[in-house]
Amino acid sequence: MFGTISRPRGVTLAGLTLAALVGFAATASAKDKLTVYTALEEEQLPVYKQAFEAANPNYEIEWVRDSTGVVTARLLAEKANPQADAIWGLAATSLMVLDKEGMLDSYKPAGYADIKDDFKDKRENPTWVGMDAWASAICFNTVEAEKLGLPKPETWKDLLKPVYQGHIVMPNPNSSGTGFLDVAAWLQIFGEKDGWAYMDGLHKNINTYLHSGSKPCKAAGAGEYPIGISFSYPGVVLKNKGAPLEIILPKDGIGWEMEATAIVKGTKHADGAKALADFAATADANKMYNGYYQVLARKDVQAKLPENYPADEEKLMISPNDFTAMAAKRAAILEEWQKRYGSKDAPKS
Amino acid sequence: MADTFAFDLAPPQAKEPAKIRPIVSREEWGMRAGLGLLALYLAVTIAIPLFMLLRKSVEDADGSFIGLANFHRYFADPALSLSFQNSFFISILGTAITLWLAFWYAYAITRSCMPARGLFKALALIPLLAPSLLPGLALVYLFGNQGIFKSVLMGQSIYGPIGIITGEVFFAFPHAVMIITTALAMADQRLYEAADALRAGPVRTFFTVTLPGCRYGVMSAGFVIFTLIFTDFGVPKVIGGSYDVLATDIYQQVIGQFNFQMGAVIGLLLLAPTVLSFAADRITTRRQQSMVSARAVPLEPKPRRAVDRACFAFCLVIAVFLLGVMGMAAFGSVVKFWPYNLSLTLMHYDFGKLGTDGWNPFWNSLKLSAFTAVFGTAIVFAGAYLVEKIRGFGIARSAVHLLAMLPLATPGLVLGLSYIFFFNSPDNPLNFLYATLTILVICTITHFYTVCHLTAVTALKQLDAEFEAVSASLKVPVWRTFLRVTVPVCLPAILDIAIYYFVNAMTTVSAVIFIYTGSTKLMAINALNTDDAGNSAAACAMGMTIVVTCALVRGLHALAGRTFLARHQAWRRRSA
Repeated sequence: MFGTISRPRGVTLAGLTLAALVGFAATASAKDKLTVYTALEEEQLPVYKQAFEAANPNYEIEWVRDSTGVVTARLLAEKANPQADAIWGLAATSLMVLDKEGMLDSYKPAGYADIKDDFKDKRENPTWVGMDAWASAICFNTVEAEKLGLPKPETWKDLLKPVYQGHIVMPNPNSSGTGFLDVAAWLQIFGEKDGWAYMDGLHKNINTYLHSGSKPCKAAGAGEYPIGISFSYPGVVLKNKGAPLEIILPKDGIGWEMEATAIVKGTKHADGAKALADFAATADANKMYNGYYQVLARKDVQAKLPENYPADEEKLMISPNDFTAMAAKRAAILEEWQKRYGSKDAPKS
Repeated sequence: MADTFAFDLAPPQAKEPAKIRPIVSREEWGMRAGLGLLALYLAVTIAIPLFMLLRKSVEDADGSFIGLANFHRYFADPALSLSFQNSFFISILGTAITLWLAFWYAYAITRSCMPARGLFKALALIPLLAPSLLPGLALVYLFGNQGIFKSVLMGQSIYGPIGIITGEVFFAFPHAVMIITTALAMADQRLYEAADALRAGPVRTFFTVTLPGCRYGVMSAGFVIFTLIFTDFGVPKVIGGSYDVLATDIYQQVIGQFNFQMGAVIGLLLLAPTVLSFAADRITTRRQQSMVSARAVPLEPKPRRAVDRACFAFCLVIAVFLLGVMGMAAFGSVVKFWPYNLSLTLMHYDFGKLGTDGWNPFWNSLKLSAFTAVFGTAIVFAGAYLVEKIRGFGIARSAVHLLAMLPLATPGLVLGLSYIFFFNSPDNPLNFLYATLTILVICTITHFYTVCHLTAVTALKQLDAEFEAVSASLKVPVWRTFLRVTVPVCLPAILDIAIYYFVNAMTTVSAVIFIYTGSTKLMAINALNTDDAGNSAAACAMGMTIVVTCALVRGLHALAGRTFLARHQAWRRRSA
C-alpha cells in the first residue's frame, strides 16, 4: 500500500514496452543477403531473383520494390547510411540523380563491350549500365472509342484534333518520370518553341493530368478514358488480361527511358553487388528482360516481340535521346509546364 | 464497486495534510517522471524526426542555411494559393459533412433504442478495414465513367472535388464516429431526469444536456477530421483528377522531383491547422466539465418510437453506402476483367503467382498489427492518463499534448522520410532499430497516435477527478485506482483504441513504404505494387484479404468486448 508499491504505472509500462521493442529488434537475422532496391514490376521480381540466384548460388536477393519516385526518394533520404547494396531495374535518370549525389560506385560489368552505346553511361568510369528500354505509347480503348466515334490516332499531332477534346489523360510530369519523358521528347521532336505550342494544343484536349506514369493506361484499360498517354508495358499487361486496348507508338517519334543497374557506394557486399551487375549485363539476363520489354541493352541478343507488344519500338525511339541535357533543364522545364498547365480545373487567374 | 461510487464523499482537502501529502506527493513525482518519459518517447518518435526533415525547409540542396528563400520561392508560385484554397475548401466541406453524419450516427448507436446498435457500430468501422487503394478503386467502379451509378452524379465527374469529398468523408467517417461515440457513451442519467423534471422538451434537453456533454468529443472529432482531410494524399491522388491540393503538391515535390527542401516547406504548411486546433483545443478543454461524476448514474436510453425509427433509417442508409463501397471492391476482386469481362473467378486470390513473397507479407502485416495494437494501446492509454490526471505541471502536460497532436498533421510521406533521416543516421544511437520490424511498429504507433490519444483523453475526461481524490484520501495508491477504476471504466475505449491500431497497421502504406525491408514487406504495400503493375483485380483481392482479416479480428474484439463488458461494466446498468 505504501511508497514502494505505488510505483507509477506509466514508468512500468514504458519500461516494459521499451524492453520488448528492443527485444524483438535484436532477433532480426543477419544472414548474408543482397539488398536490392528496384522499381521492376511485381511480377518480374521472382523471375529475376531465381535467375540470378541460379547463376550465383552464394547470394540471395532481398528486394525492396516501389515505384520509381518512391525508391529514388528513399535512396536519396538514406544517403547518410545507404541500406541498399545494389540497384537493379531503376530508371537511368533516377540513377543519374543518385550519381550526382556521389552515391554510386563505378563498375564496368563483364560483357560491357556488348552493350549498345545508347545504354551506356558514356563516361570513363561508368556508374550505371542500361538493361532495357521503355518508350512512351498511347493506350487506345477501342470499345470506348467506338462508342464515342473517335478515330485511331497515329501520331502525336493527331491528338490535337478537336474530336479528342476531353478524352485524353496523361501523367503529370511533376509527379511522374513518364510524364517528364513525354514532355522532354516533344521538346526534342518538335523543338523548343513548337514543342510548347504542341503542348498548348494538347492541353485543350487533356481531360486530366494523373499522378502516375502507368495510371493513364490503366484508366484507358478500364474504360474510364478512351485515350491514355503512358508507356507500353502496362498496356501489354492489360491487353493480355483482355482489355480492349490498342497500344499505339506515334509515328512522329517516341521518348524513352531505360531501366538500369548500379552498385551503391559503401555496400558491405561489394562482391555480391558486382556479381549482380555482371549478371544483369549478360545475354541470358537480356533474354529474360525480353519477356517484358522489346528493346534490349545487348547488341548480340536478338529481341523477340513479347506477346501483344507493339512493333518497331526501337525504330521510333528518338535518337539520340539527350538524357543529360534534359536532366539539366528539368527544373526549368517543369516550372514552365507548371506555369502553363498547372491548374487544369482552376479559373485562369 | 458500484456502491462505493454512490458515497457522497467530500473532496479531499488539506484537513490532515500531514497524513496525506507524503503519499500523494511521492506518487505525483512518480507520475511526473512517467510523463517525462512519455515526453521523451514522443520527442524521439515524432518531434525530433520531424525536425530533422522540416529543417530542410530553410536549407538548400547542399544543406546550407538559406533562411526563408524556399518559402519565398514557393509562395511566388501562383498555383500555390490555389492548392491552399482547394485544400481548405475540401477540408471544411468534408469536415462539415462528416461531422454531421458521424454525430447522428454516433447518437443513434449510443442514445437510441433502435435495433442492431452493436452491428451498426461495427459497420461504421468498415472504411478503416481496407487499404485506401480499395475504396479508391471501388469509387471509380461505382461512379467513374464506366461506373454502375454514374448517372447519380448527373453529368458531373467523380474525378475532382466531388470525388475527393466523397472519398474523404468515407475515410474520415469512422474516426469521427469513434471519438463522438466515446463522448456520447458516457452520460449521467440524473441530468436527463433533472431536465425531465424541469419540463425541458427533448430539443431543449438536447441543447442543454446532450450537446454540452459531448462538446469536447465533437470538437476533437472536428479537428481530427479537418487535419486528416487537409493532409491526406491518397484520395486526391486516386480520384482528384487535376484538382491539386497541398498534399498532392508535396508528393510532386518529393516523389516527382526529389526536392526534399520544398517538400519540407509544404510539410510545415500542413502543420498549420494542427497548431491552430491545438490552441482551440486548449480553449474548449478549459470549459469542459466531466459529465460522469463519482455520483453519476449511467444513462440508459429509453425507447422513443419515432426517434428510434428515424435513427434506424439514417444508420441503414449510411451502412448500405459503406457496405456498397466494400461490396463493389469485393466484386472487383472476383471478376475476370472489369468492366469488359464480368465472369466470376477466384484466380486473383492466388497470391503465390504474384511476386516472390506469397503469403509472407500477410504474416508480416499480422505481426505488425498485433504488436502495434498491444504496445500502442498501452503507451497511448497510460500516456493519456498521465496527461489528464497529473495535477499542476501544466507546461509538461501541454507539451505532451501538443506532441500527441503532431502525428495527425504529419502526412505519412513526411513521417516515413523523417524516420529515414533520423533513424538511419549512423550517428543515432537508435540506429540499430532501422530496417527492423520494430521501427515499423514504432512508426505505426506514432502515425496513428493522435486519434487514439484523443479517444483515450475523451474517455478519461468524462471520469470525475473525484475518483482519484477519493482514492487518495483513502490512501489507495494511484496505480490501484488506475487498474481497478480507471481501466475498467474506460475499457470500451481501450478496446476501441486497440482495434483502431490493429486495423490501421493492417492497411497503412504511406509512411511504412519508406522503411520496410525485404523481410518486413507488408500486405498493403504488396497490394499497391500489384495495382501499380496494372493488376487491379489482384490488388482488390489482396485488399479484400486485409478487409476480411480485419473484420474477423474485429469480430473477436466484439466478442471479447462483450465478455469484458459483462464482467466489468455491470455498473453501467442501473438495475445492478
